[in-house]
Amino acid sequence: MDAKTLIQSTAFDLGRALRKGNTTATEICTACLEQVARTDDQVQAFVSLDPEKILAAAEASDQRRKNGQELSPLDGLPVGLKDIMAIEGAPLTCSSRILEKFVSPYTGTVGAKLLSAGMIPFGRLNMDEFAMGSSTENSAFRKTRNPWNTDHAPGGSSGGSAAAVAARQCPWSLGSDTGGSIRQPAAFCGVIGLKPTYGRVSRFGLAAFASSLDQIGPFGRTTDDVAALLDIISGPDPYDSTSWPEYLEPAMVQLNLPEEPAVLGLPREYFGEGIDPEVRSQLEQVIEAYKGRGFTIREISLPHTELAVPTYYIIATAEASSNLARYDGVRYTRRSTESNDAVDMYFKSRGEGFGPEVKRRIILGSYVLSSGYYDAYYKRAQQVRTLIRDDFLKAFESVDAILTPTTPTPAFRIGEKIDDPISMYLADIFTISVNLAGLPGLSMPCGLSKDGLPIGFQLIGKPFEEGRLLQIGKTYEQASPFTGRPAIANPS
Amino acid sequence: MPEYEAVIGLEVHVQLKTASKMFTDAPAGFGQPPNSLTNAVVMGLPGTLPVLNQGAIEQAIKFGLIFDSEIPELFQWDRKNYFYPDSPKNYQLTQKDAPVCIGGEVEIELAGASRNLAGEHKVIHLDHAHLEEDVGKLTHFATDSLVDYNRAGTPLLEIVTKPDLHSAEEAVALLQSIRMHLTSAGVSDCDMEKGQMRCDANVSVRPVGQEELNPRAEMKNLNSITGVKNAISYEIRRQARVYEKGGTVAQETRRWDADAGRTTSMRSKEEAHDYRYFPDPDLLPVHFPRHRIEELKAELPENVFDLQRRYESEYGLPYTLTSVICYDHELARYFEAAMVVYDKNPKALANYVANELQRERSQAEGDGYLPMEQVRLSPRNLAGLVRLIDEGKLTKQLAKEVIVDMFQGGDPAEAVMEARGIKPVQQDSGQLEEWCRAAVAGNAVAAQQVRDGNDKAINSFIGPVMKASRGTANPQAVREMLQKIISEG
Repeated sequence: MDAKTLIQSTAFDLGRALRKGNTTATEICTACLEQVARTDDQVQAFVSLDPEKILAAAEASDQRRKNGQELSPLDGLPVGLKDIMAIEGAPLTCSSRILEKFVSPYTGTVGAKLLSAGMIPFGRLNMDEFAMGSSTENSAFRKTRNPWNTDHAPGGSSGGSAAAVAARQCPWSLGSDTGGSIRQPAAFCGVIGLKPTYGRVSRFGLAAFASSLDQIGPFGRTTDDVAALLDIISGPDPYDSTSWPEYLEPAMVQLNLPEEPAVLGLPREYFGEGIDPEVRSQLEQVIEAYKGRGFTIREISLPHTELAVPTYYIIATAEASSNLARYDGVRYTRRSTESNDAVDMYFKSRGEGFGPEVKRRIILGSYVLSSGYYDAYYKRAQQVRTLIRDDFLKAFESVDAILTPTTPTPAFRIGEKIDDPISMYLADIFTISVNLAGLPGLSMPCGLSKDGLPIGFQLIGKPFEEGRLLQIGKTYEQASPFTGRPAIANPS
Repeated sequence: MPEYEAVIGLEVHVQLKTASKMFTDAPAGFGQPPNSLTNAVVMGLPGTLPVLNQGAIEQAIKFGLIFDSEIPELFQWDRKNYFYPDSPKNYQLTQKDAPVCIGGEVEIELAGASRNLAGEHKVIHLDHAHLEEDVGKLTHFATDSLVDYNRAGTPLLEIVTKPDLHSAEEAVALLQSIRMHLTSAGVSDCDMEKGQMRCDANVSVRPVGQEELNPRAEMKNLNSITGVKNAISYEIRRQARVYEKGGTVAQETRRWDADAGRTTSMRSKEEAHDYRYFPDPDLLPVHFPRHRIEELKAELPENVFDLQRRYESEYGLPYTLTSVICYDHELARYFEAAMVVYDKNPKALANYVANELQRERSQAEGDGYLPMEQVRLSPRNLAGLVRLIDEGKLTKQLAKEVIVDMFQGGDPAEAVMEARGIKPVQQDSGQLEEWCRAAVAGNAVAAQQVRDGNDKAINSFIGPVMKASRGTANPQAVREMLQKIISEG
């Protein structure tokens, strides 16, 4: 197969071609590396990429397949990784100066699952530093661009993961989502992104931002690909006490069942002020498409929605302030050369190593946990979090899934919000509640704005019903396929 | 001038005996090359997560069962946030609000008038005991400091007493009681030299009769029994003197300087840390099954003081023996094992354990005692030795020699006797009568003295008989035979 076809193919198609002997892992990886070479000056999705290592892994995969010893049907497919997941021998920077030189000496659970399926880690993708941000502008190393329009942000924090898949640099990728960090960039970049139910995917090996909210999840260009990648990385993990202890039915099983019309809830709180008219009209088109497939649409209420953003910024920053304490200059992080004593070393190493958004959140998190404020902020936020979850569980008594916009607007311009943290925080207003409630959330592309920027919608499902959620997504995918691709991804 | 009394509460840190660390499978241990007992989790690498070591929980629950604590249905983990280079994550996993053991009582024994006499017993109440992870160890040099994370993540039980103690001696007795019980149950080795047991003491002083407590000084890291004793004694005197002079005592943390023999101020309450505690989101609250608690209870050895009381009432053992055997779980276990083999003479058996065995162990080791696991003399063989004596087949005199070889080689008494050419005492052979008649015939004066009522005169025959028998005769049998012959006279 020629390189142009390969980079446009879905992971599923590539897997099929590999099995039929129509292509090789080496061909696929070479095509992807060429696409990176051709486009990444503009997109800047990768923090690091090791072509030699990738091609060596591809060759090993081809050898396995030749010997009939492939590790899985998808053995040999490259998968892009957000630079926040530990794989032995690979850099792990979290797009932060403080981990600039860090190479992980161990492999986390998701990394181990990918490797044992024969998949090839394909570069380290850019992100907001420690996953804190919604534009990938908080990376210490580079500003990733939206492949649809390089003046615009790809979203964040998993901006590199979304942009790479949109730019056809790799067929699929993994990101992490703490408050919308997979779904929002997926919407901005016109790809599919899934945040799994909390506990479905192990966090062992995922550098923590906010432990009770973080989940690793897949980006892809079809629901089939997203389901397949989810199934590879899911499962109970003895190294993560918060992972769900039972084996769950693979999402792919549900996805392949005959379509069954569902009841979709539209939370009235998500369709109020502040939504871009183009987003609103795209959502109406989505609703019509579902109605056309026999779905029932019902208005619902999630009354505590407006408390989600402040609740999130208390819980997430509190956990982050503690999780990031380990980056101290003592053991493996960058140590300031200027310091005179231990305390000075902490101040200077962290002062030089962390960017402004990370510092802002550490300070906020330390404040809400400090004695005298704990009850008023952290404890209260946990109580509100329960109310938010209860809102959803109550809604799910009458609907199968909830339909919302993924973001209030299409991708904003780079630099537009970077000096206005509150406005940046509000970019995640539709995605944050899902993390607080621990639910699965799927973002599907559904059209373009008149400026040619993608618009996405979000489906929120019941706990561990990713299969059903993807099946509902697939219904839309078939009813109204999103076939657009950024010009940069067109054959040259 | 009023009389003052001290009010003391202890925080005792005990390293639990587990194969691996508290939240990861890296081995726990002591004396290994620096940073060899570590892994990604111990080092706090990005992405690592804690996973609870069930063994550590069970050890902590055993502590609670030994000291009658309440074991709650649910306990949870909190993060205590502070920066220090010995702490890899810069937070410590601990239990702030939901500890594994609530309340409890520790029976202590104060020193008696002499070491042969039992001391007064008291009950000290516990507030709670919670689990936490230990930190690494810093070594400071002129311009650098090095850190060894081998100890980091070792399960640590922090035992917090009520302010029930009133003297340094009581504090020491508490530590000794905790150590005896925990070593007996295999919960901890409690070796203070290895840092397996450490102690902080909160000391305040008030006039006798005053209800409310005065400000207290917290003394950190008292790392030996002597240190605990001296630091508390010093601090009580210091505070009493301050009050006597009309001053006030500050609530503060003080450091014990063992070399100078005094405490000095470290930091006052105003400078106290804000640890920003919050529930650890990486670990779920633990529901520990009730039935497992019952199983653990069944596995526990008898409480040390209960065992002592039972030995005294059931076996009639004196304090001098029980205080040696019961207070050392290895000796107690040894004694029990020997009793299983031969239970007719507990007192003699106890004597051999507490005296002969201990003497041999002490002689085998330059400093201290030969470790029990290296002792070749088995409880079975020691029981066999006592049985031979009781059956009159071996004299106590010869037994003293026999036990030396038994200790050296591990052979049973019979084998040693054979090797040494010692024949079992012939009980009622004509030989014994022959020796006795010869002896009586050789000293008619003494025989007459015996007949005249001087019992002691019989002793002058025993020596010659024993000599004739080359030490194999049973002295009791000799005595009886002599009496018979003389009275027939």
